[in-house]
Amino acid sequence: MSTDSGTGWEEVRGRLVRTGLSIAVASGAYGLSVGALGTAAGLSVVQTCAMSVLVFTGGSQFALIGVLGGGGSAVSGTASAVLLGSRNMVYGVRMAPLLRLRGLRRLVGAQLVIDETTAMALAGETAGGGLGTRAARFGFWTTGLLLFVLWNAATLVGAVAGNAVGDPRTYGLDAAAPAAFLALLASRLDRRPAWATALVAALVAVAVVPLVPAGIPVLVAALVPVVAVLVRRARPPRAAS
Amino acid sequence: MTWAAVLATAAGCYLLKLAGLLVPERWLEDERVARVLALLPVALLAALAAVQTLAVGERLHVDARLAGVTVAVVALLLRAPFIVVVAAAAATAAVLRLLTS
Repeated sequence: MSTDSGTGWEEVRGRLVRTGLSIAVASGAYGLSVGALGTAAGLSVVQTCAMSVLVFTGGSQFALIGVLGGGGSAVSGTASAVLLGSRNMVYGVRMAPLLRLRGLRRLVGAQLVIDETTAMALAGETAGGGLGTRAARFGFWTTGLLLFVLWNAATLVGAVAGNAVGDPRTYGLDAAAPAAFLALLASRLDRRPAWATALVAALVAVAVVPLVPAGIPVLVAALVPVVAVLVRRARPPRAAS
Repeated sequence: MTWAAVLATAAGCYLLKLAGLLVPERWLEDERVARVLALLPVALLAALAAVQTLAVGERLHVDARLAGVTVAVVALLLRAPFIVVVAAAAATAAVLRLLTS
């Protein structure tokens, strides 16, 4: 690890920009789907674009479109969309001490608290040489702003062009997103408790997929470390890890 | 009605995002809370990766994504750079779909 924070920071920043950009492109392309599906479900182009700007959390947007397009009520569409967005609250709790946002920055930054920016803030956090907090903030804002621009541009294109733009799955982008999360996970699997938590969380999340609304499995998996800490507490204390 | 749904969803989702950031810092200083927060990223990233590989809405569905992610795991074991891992996963899934469609 470099102790020269100048050189070290350049390197960390370069890595975060490349990683953040590839995540923003892979996820942003789904804005095309949101746009195309939104107008197909009966939303106007303006409504579809306003949704991407104001809601800005993909899962919830797909849920709202799905319910409205399927003839469901506005209330049930809103309920499932907001339920899906509840994991962002957990992300916010985890990132709050890293980002330490106040005032206007907190109000703006809150809109960017989503899967991708959390993954990138947490990736930055692992940077060595005392650069963790700076890298976490840089990863959060860079990825958040890039994705915000790409997501909304893609929504507009999708809403106007409709199905002509094609399905992001054709380009394998639905495999790119989980691969990106896995790559960010890999750098954190340094010790046995981390491996165990990751394996159990993945199994629990997959196991509850058929049982709970979409978006909730990740929230259920967030309970795994809570249970792990409580269980370890109940056992006789061991050497500090 | 559509506008009402869009705006209500936006308000609900935004307040959830903001609520997380507003949790007082001293709540997070408790030693047990700190240990949960230390392990939380691993749990969240593993769950996101697993769900996005195997779920479609509320059901499990194995398709080209699993092959793509398997290739990503191999690339990670070979210590490939991030962009290569992600591109390999996308390319694998895309080619597999092309061949099977």
